[in-house]
Amino acid sequence: MRQQSSHRTLWFWVFVGPFAAGLGLFTYVPLLWSLYLSFFDAHNTVSPTKFVGLDNYTSMLRDGAFTGSLWTFTVFSLFIVPATYALSLALALMVNRLRFAQAFFRSVFFLPAACSYVVAALIWKLSIFNGVRFGLANTVLDWFGRDQTAWLSTTHPPWYWLVIVTVRLWLQAGFYMVLFLAGLQRIPAQLYEAAAVDGARPGPQVFRYITFPQLRATSVAVVLLLVINAFQAFDEFYNLLSDARGYPPYARPPLVYLYYTALGQGQNLGLGSAGAVILALIIAVVTIVQARWFGLGRKED
Amino acid sequence: MARTPAGHDQGLVRAGRALRVVLLIALAALFLIPFYLLLRNGLATEQDITSPEWTFFPSDLRWSNITELFDDPAVPMARSLLNSALIAVATTLGTVLLASLAGYGLARIPYRHAGKVFYAILGTLMVPAAVTFVPSFVLVSTLGWISTLRGLIVPTLFSAFACFIFRQYFLGFPQELEDAAKVDGLGYWRTYWRIVVPNSRPVFAAVGTIVFIGAWNAFLWPLVIGQDKNAWTVQVALSTFTTAQVVNIHELFIAAAVSILPLLLVFLLLQRHIVAGVERSGIDD
Repeated sequence: MRQQSSHRTLWFWVFVGPFAAGLGLFTYVPLLWSLYLSFFDAHNTVSPTKFVGLDNYTSMLRDGAFTGSLWTFTVFSLFIVPATYALSLALALMVNRLRFAQAFFRSVFFLPAACSYVVAALIWKLSIFNGVRFGLANTVLDWFGRDQTAWLSTTHPPWYWLVIVTVRLWLQAGFYMVLFLAGLQRIPAQLYEAAAVDGARPGPQVFRYITFPQLRATSVAVVLLLVINAFQAFDEFYNLLSDARGYPPYARPPLVYLYYTALGQGQNLGLGSAGAVILALIIAVVTIVQARWFGLGRKED
Repeated sequence: MARTPAGHDQGLVRAGRALRVVLLIALAALFLIPFYLLLRNGLATEQDITSPEWTFFPSDLRWSNITELFDDPAVPMARSLLNSALIAVATTLGTVLLASLAGYGLARIPYRHAGKVFYAILGTLMVPAAVTFVPSFVLVSTLGWISTLRGLIVPTLFSAFACFIFRQYFLGFPQELEDAAKVDGLGYWRTYWRIVVPNSRPVFAAVGTIVFIGAWNAFLWPLVIGQDKNAWTVQVALSTFTTAQVVNIHELFIAAAVSILPLLLVFLLLQRHIVAGVERSGIDD
């Protein structure tokens, strides 16, 4: 018996070992290293000697640009999470009930998932929301006799948000639509039949009492993924807003700020690490609170 | 809304359906506009793109933009595409292999501490990979892997997300099939390769496609690690043009169009499997 259990242990590690070792080396080691670096003065060096205690943390938290970036991504998440949730759920509901061309519509909405943020940002920046007259948005405005807008550099009102939010909506709605479609297909048909027998009107009533509650597990997963993704926003902000002169002071998410702090001209790895630790803590707290709130870990199904 | 007699209900339902179809067509058109713009601008002349007299079709389709792009010595387009292809293929194969083995071990091999190992892996999902980019950069530079394909590939091979999907899938894999293998005297290793893998193609296709798309589209890590022009991926190359001051705009658009072609192909071929992989809660056939 004992021999068999050690035999199993051996095989367990044959299967799991390579993955676990790699994950340890490339995730846990960097995490701990980050924590270590954050207590040191580390300009241009990865083996720092000057211990500065919590100085990096206090200067990061006093830095208006960093706290401003935290505010930016909070606002951004407050927009993008409900907007994507609503759009992808609506798309799934409409596509799911189609009797023809279902595969066609599903493909069209899913297709942007094949585009990178870099490519999408390029189309948005240089073609749709171009600040000069040949942009599509400005061409349309022109038809209605409205003035042209410099979409990415107008901060009052903050038109750049329209550009940033629409690009992400376009890119990710289709993927979440597929998750919802999968959820919809798992709802037992008997539930709808029972509702019809009970006289529930098709449409809003059925959605409210059958569809929506049955999608709870999918909804929880979607919202968690959306929030985590929003926290990690980097690609489209960087590609939409930075140019040869650098990055404008507005609409700067934390990752963009940390990128410039740690790997930009200053190469301040200690300060960058402190920022990364603060960001990781915030994300952990938000995720835990959210999981509690949604009752994640409670038995589903 | 007040209750209406059955006849009216029918009419309402039909009107609602028509409205839904119109709305869907409008949304589909909106979703396709960016693709159309990419193609239109990629095949237009610079004057056509920047002209204030905007037209739906460019005055003349310039397929020569494609050859011009690959001939431009300032743009390492061919090299970037090759790098992206190598990275995406290697990352996909490596991730699928490592994560499926780990997922199977976690799901099927009884081990006292398997639960703890699983939570240690799952825990890394809570820490967004992007947050560790500073120390990961430090680690990779310590290893001397900056601007190498190794540095671009190896650190990204250990996806907790892929491992999690495989574990969930293998938990639902029919135990009887494996029991039969055991009776035939197969150990874990041969059971895995001869029974489990051949019967799990949809989940491999689904995870593989998702990883491939992610690797092809990855930006932050290649930007940080691929500092040398020779190590640029196609995303970094494109980004370098958009953030540069002088831009050859039609070349930029055709480059972007070329960059999404491989993915569109993979994607249209395997879309079925991605959807199926998501939809299947566990048991295959």
